[in-house]
Amino acid sequence: MAAYRCPVCGYTYDEATGHAREGFPPGTPWHEVPDEWHCPDCGVRDKVDFEPVPA
Amino acid sequence: MTPTSVPWHDPKRYAWLLGLVIPVSPFAGGALAAATGSSAWWFLGVMLVFGVIPVLDLVLGLDASNPPDSILAWLEDDRYYRWCIFAFVPLQYAGLVYAGAVWSRGDVPMVAKLGLALTMGMVAGLAINAAHELGHKKESVERWLSKVALAQSCYGHFYIEHNRGHHVRVSTPEDPASSRFGESFYAFWPRTVAGSVVSALGIERARLQRAGRSFWSLDNDVLSAWLMSVVLFGALLAAFGWRVAPFLALQAVIGFSLLEAVNYIEHYGLLRAVSADGRYERCRAAHSWNSDNVASNVFLYHLQRHSDHHAHPVRRYQALRTVDEAPNLPSGYATMILLAVVPPLWRRVMDRRVLAHYAGDVSRLNIQPSKRARLLARHGAAA
Repeated sequence: MAAYRCPVCGYTYDEATGHAREGFPPGTPWHEVPDEWHCPDCGVRDKVDFEPVPA
Repeated sequence: MTPTSVPWHDPKRYAWLLGLVIPVSPFAGGALAAATGSSAWWFLGVMLVFGVIPVLDLVLGLDASNPPDSILAWLEDDRYYRWCIFAFVPLQYAGLVYAGAVWSRGDVPMVAKLGLALTMGMVAGLAINAAHELGHKKESVERWLSKVALAQSCYGHFYIEHNRGHHVRVSTPEDPASSRFGESFYAFWPRTVAGSVVSALGIERARLQRAGRSFWSLDNDVLSAWLMSVVLFGALLAAFGWRVAPFLALQAVIGFSLLEAVNYIEHYGLLRAVSADGRYERCRAAHSWNSDNVASNVFLYHLQRHSDHHAHPVRRYQALRTVDEAPNLPSGYATMILLAVVPPLWRRVMDRRVLAHYAGDVSRLNIQPSKRARLLARHGAAA
C-alpha cells in the first residue's frame, strides 16, 4: 500500500491506516480521497500537492 | 537532548510566563481595589491590554531575532514551552469562578462588576489565543485543551473553522476571517462572526457525511465544543444565580470580539493570486501581516509572527520566525486594535501600506466588493 506526504508539515496519509476521523477507513486507496481534501494538520496544501513516500 | 554545536539561549524563554499576567489580572485587580478602595482597579485587564502593552511596545520596540534553523526541532521539543500555555487554562477557569462570586454579590458596586466583566473579556480573548496555539498541534491533549479554553467565550467552533477553514482560504475573498481593503472593522465583525459559524458547521457536516456518521452527535467537534460552554455556563448560573448572566454574556462577547479584531488586523487587504491551474497560490509569508513588537509578542505567544505561522501552521510558538518577504504592521496588535475601532484612522495608517506591499497595484488586493469600483478608480486602476 502507498503513502503520501504533505510537503508543508509532513503529515502522511497511509492507505493501510487511512484516516477514520476524516471518513477514510483503513485500506481506503488514495484515488478515493477527494481532490479538494486538504491536509488535516496544516491546511496549507491540498491532496493534489501531496508527494508519494518512497516505499 | 541539547545541541552541542550551537551555543544558543532563548532570550524570550522566561518572558513567555508573562502570558499569564492577563489571566491573573482579575485577582490582582480585585486585590488592588480592596486595598485602595478604588473600583477603577477592576478594569485592570483592560488597562494592561490597551494601556500598558501599547506603551511597552513603544518603549521596548522590535525584536526581529530568529532562533537558528539548526535548533528549531530541539526548541519545539522542549516541553517547558507547552507548560507555559497549559498553565493558562486553570488560571482562566479560577478567574471565571472568582468573577462569578463577585458578580453574585449584592454589596459590590455596578461599576466594579462591569470592570470585572471587561477584564474577564480580556482573559477570554487571550484564552482564544492560547486555544489557537493548542488547536494547531497534533497531540490530542493539546487539541482537547484548546476546546476547553474556548468554552469561556462560546467560540468552540473556532477550533474547526480556524484550522480547516481559515487556514485553507486565508487571504482570499472566500474567507470570512480575512478582512478586505476598504472594509471597516464594523463591517467585518458581523461577516466574520456569522461566516465562521456557518463555515465550521459546513466543514463538520461534510466530514461526518464522508465518515457515514450523524451530524447530531458528539463526534461533531463544533457541537461537542459548544456543549462544553452549555455545561460551563449552566454550572456557573447554578452556583451563582441568574444575576451573573448578563456579565457572563458580556465577557464572552468582548472575548470573541477581541479575537475578531485580531483577525481583522492579520490579513487586511492581502490576496493570494490565482495560479495557472485555477487554484489560489500556496499561502506564503507575504499573505499575512507580521509584527516584531516584542512586548505584545510575548503576551500573545508570538501570534504576531503571523506570516511564518500561516506558512508553517503546525510550528510551535517559540520557534516562529520573522520572515523577510512578510509585510510589517507599524505596531503591535493592541495598538492596531485601537486604530481599527476608528476606521478613518485605520485606513489612513494601513491603506498605503497594503498598496506599497503590492507595488501600488490596487488590482492585486482583496477589495471590499461594495467599494471596488471606487477604490480602483481612486488608486489608478481601470474598473
